[in-house]
Amino acid sequence: MSHTRRNTSLGFVSGLAMLAALPAAAQDFITVASTTSTENSGLFEHILPMFQDETGIEVRVVAQGTGQALETGRRGDADVVFVHARELEQAFVADGYGVQRFDVMYNDFVLVGPGDDPAGIAGAPSAAEAIGAIAGAEAPFASRGDDSGTHVAEQNLWATAWVEPSGGWYRETGSGMGPTLNTASQMNAYALTDRGTWLSFQNRGELKILFEGDEVLFNPYGVILVNPERHPHVTAEAGQIFIDWITSATGQDAIASYTLGGEQLFFPSAN
Amino acid sequence: MDGPFGIALGLITSADAALMQIIGLSLRVTLTAVLIACVLGLPLGAGLALARFPGRAAVIVMFNALMGLPPVVAGLLVYLLLSRSGPFGDLGLLFTPTAMVIAQTLLILPIVISLTRSVVEDLWVEYREQLRSLGAGRLRAVPTLLWDGRVSLLTGVLAGFGRASAEVGAVLIVGGNIAGHTRTMTTAITLETARGSLGLAVALGIILMALTLTLNALAWGAGQWARGRLG
Repeated sequence: MSHTRRNTSLGFVSGLAMLAALPAAAQDFITVASTTSTENSGLFEHILPMFQDETGIEVRVVAQGTGQALETGRRGDADVVFVHARELEQAFVADGYGVQRFDVMYNDFVLVGPGDDPAGIAGAPSAAEAIGAIAGAEAPFASRGDDSGTHVAEQNLWATAWVEPSGGWYRETGSGMGPTLNTASQMNAYALTDRGTWLSFQNRGELKILFEGDEVLFNPYGVILVNPERHPHVTAEAGQIFIDWITSATGQDAIASYTLGGEQLFFPSAN
Repeated sequence: MDGPFGIALGLITSADAALMQIIGLSLRVTLTAVLIACVLGLPLGAGLALARFPGRAAVIVMFNALMGLPPVVAGLLVYLLLSRSGPFGDLGLLFTPTAMVIAQTLLILPIVISLTRSVVEDLWVEYREQLRSLGAGRLRAVPTLLWDGRVSLLTGVLAGFGRASAEVGAVLIVGGNIAGHTRTMTTAITLETARGSLGLAVALGIILMALTLTLNALAWGAGQWARGRLG
């Protein structure tokens, strides 16, 4: 009896060891903390294979809101952050968590809302007046409410319109861009979204782009190497290769070549 | 064929490489977590059933309560422990499958411990006199009782598997949903929902349910076989 039992437990343990042998971490990879908007738009799936072919470096993207992505960098859990909230990025570098911020690209925000446009924002002369009209009409508005770059941009927009949004019409979803658009589509609410997520988003329902083109809706992305002096384990060399590549002519062309439905989503802006 | 079932069928029949990788990782992570939870939880649960010590009731209540530990809290806990700024940061385990195994083990372990405790306790009451007359003490009785309760214990293990394979909160936080590295069925479903690709998201859900169904059918068959042959 003890013999059988020993065999069983041996098989059990070796089976466990086999299952536990998950793929060993390769050395040549970097972790990039980026935003849901870039991930959801499909940009990384387009450009990262090109980078890996050229350099042999695998890029592991963790997609979070800009606030969370910067926190991931601050804790040293990423080698590079690739986000869009310029003031927060500058603070990140100033506080010593990042080495230097580089411009990479921009896209723009658009205001989407139900096709019949109950607040009448379609013809507004500026983004501030468009968003002010939503508040004036108390039409439902779905906000990210998650400290993401888009949420920060939205709050700045309310500030330029001298509105402090509150009340039943203003709904904070506390989630990413996609889930917020899903919510807006269900509630026939207005929302501020980056164009990339919008173009790749498929569950639009009645929603349409109602306002676009104002300069204040400009959405610049920056890329920053996490400071190896603060976090010595940071894969600084490979991280810097990534930053050099994405700001080089090759990387910038790769960004410009990404289109969805014939539309270019991101515009290179590295100097 | 554009509905979720059509998409699911298309994905399966084309044996899409990315999907196969995601399914493989999901199964590997969850099955590893289940195995670790069993190795730790079965003896611990049996020990808890038979041992008498001060504070035992409190320990039992605690493990019962931990069965309801929200996955996102388990994930956050493991995140803080494994983060580079946390106590185990030097191991560099955050955003790896290993981190996901740890988080899921944390979720399953209370289920295995609590259900084992309950099963073994009942069996001990039933067989105490018999085992004693054979000269088996409490400790010696543990393997016998576990073996005797194997069919009931299997249900507990399956409950643990179900909890781990269905959860998204923990693996999303500690794994990071990295394409080709830590993306599982549930985090892929979350991502496709965020992209508004609801059809694809439901298709992935159908595949996940089909996998769970298959595994449960296999386990049930094994249980019946064990009962008939060895019962």
